[in-house]
Amino acid sequence: MLSNFDFSVIVSSLPYLFGQGMVFTVSLTAMAAGMGIVLGTLIAMARLSGVPGLKHIAKVYVELMRSLPLVLVIFWFYFLVPYIGAYVTGASNPIQVGAFPSALITFTLFEAAYFSEIMRAGIQSIPKGQTAAASALGMNYWQAMQNVVLPQAFRNMLPLLLTQTIVLFQDTSLVYVLSLTDFLGAASKVAQRDGRLVEMYLFAAVVYFAICLTASFLVRRLQARVAIIR
Amino acid sequence: MTSTPMPAPTPSNPVAPAGQAPTDDGLQQGSLIQPGTRTGETMIAIDNVSKWYGDFQVLTNCTTSVSKGEVVVVCGPSGSGKSTLIKTVNALEPFQKGQITVAGTKVLDKSTNLPKLRSRVGMVFQHFELFPHLTITDNLTIAQRKVLKRSGEDAKKRGLDLLARVGLSAHAHKFPGQLSGGQQQRVAIARALAMNPVVMLFDEPTSALDPEMVGEVLDVMVELAKEGMTMMVVTHEMGFARKVADRVIFMDRGEIVEDAQKEDFFGKPRSERAQTFLSKILQH
Repeated sequence: MLSNFDFSVIVSSLPYLFGQGMVFTVSLTAMAAGMGIVLGTLIAMARLSGVPGLKHIAKVYVELMRSLPLVLVIFWFYFLVPYIGAYVTGASNPIQVGAFPSALITFTLFEAAYFSEIMRAGIQSIPKGQTAAASALGMNYWQAMQNVVLPQAFRNMLPLLLTQTIVLFQDTSLVYVLSLTDFLGAASKVAQRDGRLVEMYLFAAVVYFAICLTASFLVRRLQARVAIIR
Repeated sequence: MTSTPMPAPTPSNPVAPAGQAPTDDGLQQGSLIQPGTRTGETMIAIDNVSKWYGDFQVLTNCTTSVSKGEVVVVCGPSGSGKSTLIKTVNALEPFQKGQITVAGTKVLDKSTNLPKLRSRVGMVFQHFELFPHLTITDNLTIAQRKVLKRSGEDAKKRGLDLLARVGLSAHAHKFPGQLSGGQQQRVAIARALAMNPVVMLFDEPTSALDPEMVGEVLDVMVELAKEGMTMMVVTHEMGFARKVADRVIFMDRGEIVEDAQKEDFFGKPRSERAQTFLSKILQH
């Protein structure tokens, strides 16, 4: 039954699939996750701050991002960022951003909304007594956050943050709408060129499955290792 | 002032007497804590303090003071506002009326640098509140480094010196979760002392402990009191009050009902409420 299939196409295209496609997917995921977590943490702090304006802006931002489909946001930013850039820099023409920076900015801003909800739960999970102890030792808000609250919140939430990153890893395949070539895009190109759609899409599915399963397994292992002794 | 006999230090608690080797690293000279000289200087002045949670008044016109080197025990039934009162001293609990002055600095004043004030006021909590993600050594040094900007070396030296004084040197590398409640509270006391506080506040330091661990914590506090530390202690441990307190404050329903010398308080409490409280607490 499989006699009509030719899996050798996979072997011959491996350097392209991984050397180009997977490198793109992994770097976009890693950069967007790193920046998204930092931004998400700041948004979570803003939401939990008592400062009225700041609190509400953060809330609106998170709700907005979470109510929009990712593809739509990708489109919007791809067309908007050049104009915003031109406005900020005062240039008369839309500035050239390039598809990759545009995708990176989009994913960072979009994922930050989800990361911020995780970090908000993490910060709220730290008992009030911990902040009181930090204050009593003379720490100001930023010192208490940096040394006492965030390290604990981050550790408590690490499994969720990584799980969200695995979702991000899958979502990066949406960059095809910007004609960027990620792993799935690379597999797709080879598939179209050689007329081997089934083989290539099967292979891509297997690779995504294997990577995400391994990552989930590692997250569980890590969870046990970083847990705070109580 | 007090004439109670010295208790023999327990072997597990080799709290060294004052007069450690002088340090040349810019830290406190001589004793590891501020040597207390009773000059009568007021360290904490609580003046007509009132506090409300919404419409509910938790503190009503509280006025008292603590002099340098004095040990004041605050007691009273639960919900009497004693924990709230002690937390207003370093402004962990805000208050709406009155004023508190700590070592000459007004707590309720916009120009006051609260973090700086708090760094000079040691506080020990009911639930210890050690930082569970840090080792004991890091717990002892983090505020010294980040707040007082001491070098890592100086902070570690002072932290470990104090850890030795509460008898827990062997646990320096461990995490708080690996220690018993009593041990954690002794570390918490050392952590507060590491900041060279001019006064120490204790908020029910033994209430969350198993009975067999109360003694080891009280021993450390007794030593501290004997070295002349200015202390304000919220506790139900009347044995501790009898042993080291100079004055006892009795609170009920947010008011300071009685503020008396220890001998007077235990000998002949004037108010009926204090008498009832004492008879209940001393029965068993």
